Amino acid sequence: MDDTFLLIVLTFDAMVRVSAPLILCSMAGLFSERSGIIDISLEGKMLMAAFMAASVAAVTGSAWLALGAGIATAVFMALIHGFACITHKGNHVVSGVAINIIAVGLTSVLGNAWFHRGGQTPSLESGARFMPVEFPFIEYVNNVPFVGTIYRELISGHNGLVYVSLMVVPLVWWIVFRTRFGLRLRAVGENPQAVDTAGISVTWLRYRAVIMCGILTGIAGTYLSVAQNAVFVRDMTAGQGYIALAALIFGKWRPFQAMGACLMFGMLDAIAIRMQGVNLPIVGEVPVQFIQALPYIMTVVLLAGFIGKAVAPKAIGVPYVKER
Amino acid sequence: MSDGIKPLPRWIDIGVIPLLNLFMALIVSGLVILAIGENPTEAVMVMLNGALGYEEGIGYTFYYTTNFIFTGLAVAVAFHAGLFNIGGEGQAYMGGLGVGLAMLLLDSSLPMWMLLPIALVAAALFGGLWAAVPAYLQAYRGSHIVITTIMFNFIAAAIMVYLMVNVLINPGQQSPESREFASAAHIPFMHEAFSWFGVTISKSPLNLSVVWALICCVVLWLFIWRTKWGYEIRAVGFNETAAVYAGMSPKRIIILSMCISGMLAGFVGFNEIIGVHHRLLLNFTAGHGFTGIAVSLMGRNHPFGIVLASLLFGILYQGGADLAFEVPSITREMVVAIQGFVILFSGALAYMTTPALTRLYNMWRKRKSSSIAEET
Repeated sequence: MDDTFLLIVLTFDAMVRVSAPLILCSMAGLFSERSGIIDISLEGKMLMAAFMAASVAAVTGSAWLALGAGIATAVFMALIHGFACITHKGNHVVSGVAINIIAVGLTSVLGNAWFHRGGQTPSLESGARFMPVEFPFIEYVNNVPFVGTIYRELISGHNGLVYVSLMVVPLVWWIVFRTRFGLRLRAVGENPQAVDTAGISVTWLRYRAVIMCGILTGIAGTYLSVAQNAVFVRDMTAGQGYIALAALIFGKWRPFQAMGACLMFGMLDAIAIRMQGVNLPIVGEVPVQFIQALPYIMTVVLLAGFIGKAVAPKAIGVPYVKER
Repeated sequence: MSDGIKPLPRWIDIGVIPLLNLFMALIVSGLVILAIGENPTEAVMVMLNGALGYEEGIGYTFYYTTNFIFTGLAVAVAFHAGLFNIGGEGQAYMGGLGVGLAMLLLDSSLPMWMLLPIALVAAALFGGLWAAVPAYLQAYRGSHIVITTIMFNFIAAAIMVYLMVNVLINPGQQSPESREFASAAHIPFMHEAFSWFGVTISKSPLNLSVVWALICCVVLWLFIWRTKWGYEIRAVGFNETAAVYAGMSPKRIIILSMCISGMLAGFVGFNEIIGVHHRLLLNFTAGHGFTGIAVSLMGRNHPFGIVLASLLFGILYQGGADLAFEVPSITREMVVAIQGFVILFSGALAYMTTPALTRLYNMWRKRKSSSIAEET
C-alpha cells in the first residue's frame, strides 16, 4: 500500500517537473494570442533560449546570468516576430515557422562552432544550475504518514523555476483580468479598431504582449537546459512548444484552464514513461506512442468541437491597418 | 494623373523583390558564418562546387530538388486556396507509409510496370487522406487548419514509430526498418536509366521520380490556371465572399485543394521509399515538408518559380553537406538556418521593401519624365 502511494506521489512529482516549461510557455502564448498575434514559434523561442542559457552558464558558471541570457534571447526572437507581424503586417504563421526553423538551425550551428561537441553544450556544474530547493522542517514532517511523503517528494525538492512557473499563473490571471493593461490586451485581440479609437496605440500594446511572451518562453527555455537538465542537446524542446500551444487552446486561452491542460499533458507524459511494457487488464499493453500522441489527438478533437468549443480571440492573425 | 504615386510595375514585383529578399536572407546567413569565424565567400564556393562541381554532387542536388518540388507544390496549392498547410511533413511521412505497405504486400507477386503505378496511387491516397482530415475539420467543424496540420505531423510521427518498432520491423535486426523490397519494386536510378542508352554517369540517389516531379509541375500549372476547379481554388483563396456569391462552395474547395496538397506531399514518400531506400524506415522525410514552405514562398506559388526555388534549395542542401565535410566548424544545419532566413525574408517580411522601392521607383520615374520634358 505504501509503495503504491509512493509511486503515485512520484508520478505526480514527475508531472510537475514535466509541466513547468509547458505552463510557462502556454502563459507566454496567452499574452501573444490574447493580443491578436498567433504564436506558433513558442517552440523556437524556447529552444533558442535553452541554448543561449546553457552556453552562458557553461562559460560564466552563473545560473542567474544564464536566466538573463535566456530571457534576452527569447525576447529578441519575439521582437523579430513582432517586427514581421505588427510592423510589416506579415503572415503570423509564416513568421512563426521561420523562427522555429531558424532556431533549429542556429542552435546547432552556433553550438558546434562554440563547443565542438556536435551541437551540445558542455555539462554544467551544479553551481551553474538551478538546483532543487529543500523546504524546511522535512525531518519533522517526514514521519507523518501520507502528508510526509507528499511534502518530501511532491511539494519540496523542485528547483526554483518550477515554483516560478506555478506562481506565474495567478500573476498572469491577475494581469490579464484585473489590470488596465490586461483589459486593453484582451480588447486589442478582439477589436483593435475600438482600442485605437480610444486613443491607445495598437502597435505598442501588441509589442508589449510579444515582449511578455518572450520573457516567459525565455524562462521556459532556461528551465529545460539549466534547471531540469544540465546540458543543452540538439532539438531538446522536442515539440513541447507545440504541446504548450495545444494546452493554451485546450484551456480556451484562459490561464488556469491552460495550466490544467498543461498538468494533464504532463501527467500523460509521466504515465507514458511508467507504462512502458506494462500489461493492463482488458486492453493489454498500451503503446507508449499512443499516450505520447494523446495531447495532439485530444487537441484535434477539442478543436473539432466534439468536446466543448474553443473560440480564439476574434482579431487573431489579422494585421491591424489604421484607416486613413 | 501622371504625377501621382504609381504602384510598382510587375517586373519589380515578381522579379526584383524576390531577389532582394533572397539577397537579404543570404546576407544574414553570411553574417552568421562570419560570426563563427569562417569566410562566407569561401563557404559559397565550397557549396557551389559541392552541389554542381562534379557528377555525383549534381545527382544529389537533383535528388533533393525532386523532394522540394513535391513539397513546394503541395504548399502552393493550399496557398492558392488561402490555406496554410504546415502538415507536409506528416503527409509525406504517411505517403511513404502507403508506398511501403503496398510494396511489402505485393512486391513478390507483381512486375515493375504494375508496382510503380500502385506505389504512386498508394502515396497519393495516404498523403491525400492525411490532409483530408484536417481539411474536413476546417471546412465543416471550424477548427483551424494550421493547428490541426501541426498536430497531425506529430500524430503521423507517433504512428510511424509504433508501426516500425512493433509491426513492420524486419525480425532479427535492431534498427527499426522493414525488409528490403524485391528488385521489381525499385524505381530505376538515373545512372541505371542512362546506362540503357550507353551513357555512364556517377551513382547517386537521383531516380526517375524526378521526371514525375516535373510532370506534376506541368499538370498542376494546367490544373490551377486552365481548369474550372483551379479557377475556383484561386477564387476562394482570393475572395471567399465573392466566390460564394458566384455560386462556388468554399467547403468543397478546401477539401479538394488540401487533398491535392497532401497527395503531392505524399510523393516525397514515393521518391524516398521506392526510389532511394527500397525499404520502409523512420525519418526519411528529414524536414523536407517544412522546406516546401520556403520553396513555395520563394517561388511565389507558381510551378515555374517552385522549380527554380527547389533547385536553389537542392544546391543548398547538397552544397551544405559538402560544406560540413570540408569545414568542420560549420554543420549541415547551416542550411536549415538559411532556410529559416529565407522564410522570414521572403515570407513574413516579403513586403518590407515595397514602400521604399515604391518611393525610389517614383523618384526615378519623375526624374526621367522631367528630363524628357527638358529635352523637348
